[in-house]
Amino acid sequence: MNSTLARLVVKRLGSGALTLLIVSLVVFTITALLPGDAAQALLGQEATPETVAALRAQFGLDQPAYFRYFQWLGGLLIGDPGTSLANGMAVADLIGGRLPNTLKLAAIAALVAVPLALTIGILSAMFRGSLFDRTMNTAAVAAVSVPEFLIASLAVLLFAVHLQWLPALSHVSEINSFSDFLRAYTMPVLTLCCGLVAQMARMTRAAVIDQLSSPYVEMAMLKGARPIRVVLTHALPNAVGPIANAVALSLSYLLGGVIIVESIFHYPGIATLMLDAVATRDMPLVQACAMLFCLGYMMLVLVADVSAIVSNPRLRK
Amino acid sequence: MTSSITPAAPEGGRPIAPSMNVQPPKQRRRPRMLSITGLIGLAIVGFWLVMAVAGPSVAPHPANALVSDDSFGPMSSAFPLGSDYLGRDILSRILHGAPYTIGVALAGTVCACLLGTVLGLTGAAAGTGGKAGHWVDEVLSRAMDALISIPNKLFALIMVASFGSSVPLLILTAALAYMPGSYRIVRSLAVNVMTLDFIQAARARGEGMAYIIFIEVLPNMFRPALTDFGMRFVYVVLLLAAMSFLGLGVQPPDADWGSLVRENILALGEGAPAVLAPAVAIATLTIGVTLLIDSLGGRGKREKDGV
Repeated sequence: MNSTLARLVVKRLGSGALTLLIVSLVVFTITALLPGDAAQALLGQEATPETVAALRAQFGLDQPAYFRYFQWLGGLLIGDPGTSLANGMAVADLIGGRLPNTLKLAAIAALVAVPLALTIGILSAMFRGSLFDRTMNTAAVAAVSVPEFLIASLAVLLFAVHLQWLPALSHVSEINSFSDFLRAYTMPVLTLCCGLVAQMARMTRAAVIDQLSSPYVEMAMLKGARPIRVVLTHALPNAVGPIANAVALSLSYLLGGVIIVESIFHYPGIATLMLDAVATRDMPLVQACAMLFCLGYMMLVLVADVSAIVSNPRLRK
Repeated sequence: MTSSITPAAPEGGRPIAPSMNVQPPKQRRRPRMLSITGLIGLAIVGFWLVMAVAGPSVAPHPANALVSDDSFGPMSSAFPLGSDYLGRDILSRILHGAPYTIGVALAGTVCACLLGTVLGLTGAAAGTGGKAGHWVDEVLSRAMDALISIPNKLFALIMVASFGSSVPLLILTAALAYMPGSYRIVRSLAVNVMTLDFIQAARARGEGMAYIIFIEVLPNMFRPALTDFGMRFVYVVLLLAAMSFLGLGVQPPDADWGSLVRENILALGEGAPAVLAPAVAIATLTIGVTLLIDSLGGRGKREKDGV
């Protein structure tokens, strides 16, 4: 890695950190600057002003907003995002108990989706305009324009109701064997993969086509290389950067997808935790989950951008 | 919708943006508008737009009337799409839900695109102006970059957690969530148009900024902006449906199509139409809009920008 490259990457990382800071400000502003606050909501209408004031002082809500923001931000940085209002447990413990489940679901979905999407994307690019390409394109458009819960409903209807192969809910706590694992994960992963594969395949196709239309590929074809060889040894090595970019960007789809999928299949992950927090207006938990999702999203976008920067041949030595 | 596109065509002898319309626009547009999938999309979108207004009055039953003895009844001549968990007519409930699903999404999309367009044009106009203007552009773009880094569903969850769910809040949420994307597209389109010769000519003539923006720039970016509006509408419909499905969108006794899926989710075990019909209604709407937009062209720009 030469110095120009290093400087660009560092610059991108810095702007990512700045964006994350602004995001935290936005999240805090929306969730913490309400006319009514948590103490009032917790005690209800009949509470006397004294008890409300006492609870406000206990939560630190009597401090000015900017002070609370820095306190909260400092807490996040040292891994202590506060305590849940609903049950008094530490938010870090609540999240710690659920996060591995969500990461596992996301990782399995990515493991299934990436090879599938790359294969479909590269084949579509190679046989551009063919029946396969057009079918895949139509399927992809359909998959990204229908709601996730329709896909999940159809999967449940097919696999749980008609074929009776799988249970309608995901029981991750009872995994003792590989078949339990398949029973718990097949439908959530299948639902997540539909949208994920569709998006990734389209972006991969675009990245490969971009390379295939460049002069060096034409040169390779003119000298008589077979199409397979042109794609595999000429175009693909140069498309690695754009493809990595496409993969990372598409994976950010997972962040929205898991919210619906975990809810439908009652999967005990971070999204269901956050949905419960939203329903009970447990603000410290909502804020922490929100920042976690934003962090995940930012990291994927960063990976995408950095892989685009690093793979730029003009910056290579 | 066909006639609303014509303002993109040049009137009189005004020059066209060469990067967008290489061929005369009429020759290019006509075959596209007649494509079969585009017509199907137009028919579906037209149908649902009419239903968004007329749906409640043509529905055979009131939205909350208990008309069937069966819960999760099958399709029949009396209840074409079956009955729900309380024995209400699903077809009627879908028709009564149409104004919510389509109306709220449309209002949110219009707000998002209006805000995005105003700010995007401001950014583009300021960016091509002096040093102070450049600074305005920089701040706007930076703020939009931060907003776009909050996943939309997550943003909606934060808003609902903080302010409670109501129709005005859902519209505001959709508007704020999709405004940054619209800003980016409008800004990049406007910046492209503003570098063209006829803008220089207008400036040299001494035209004001308002004239340049409304008479020279806007008409020349109308088509891609319209395409973007359609795509954004699809995303907003999906976002609002997801929120209602999670029980955080339109609140009972009102129901949009996402709420209908949620309240009838138990029908899944019986394979009853009650749960699939509203989900399919959403799918027809979003696919219809997508087909229409694809036949209008201009998707490439949106995908390249990754918004």
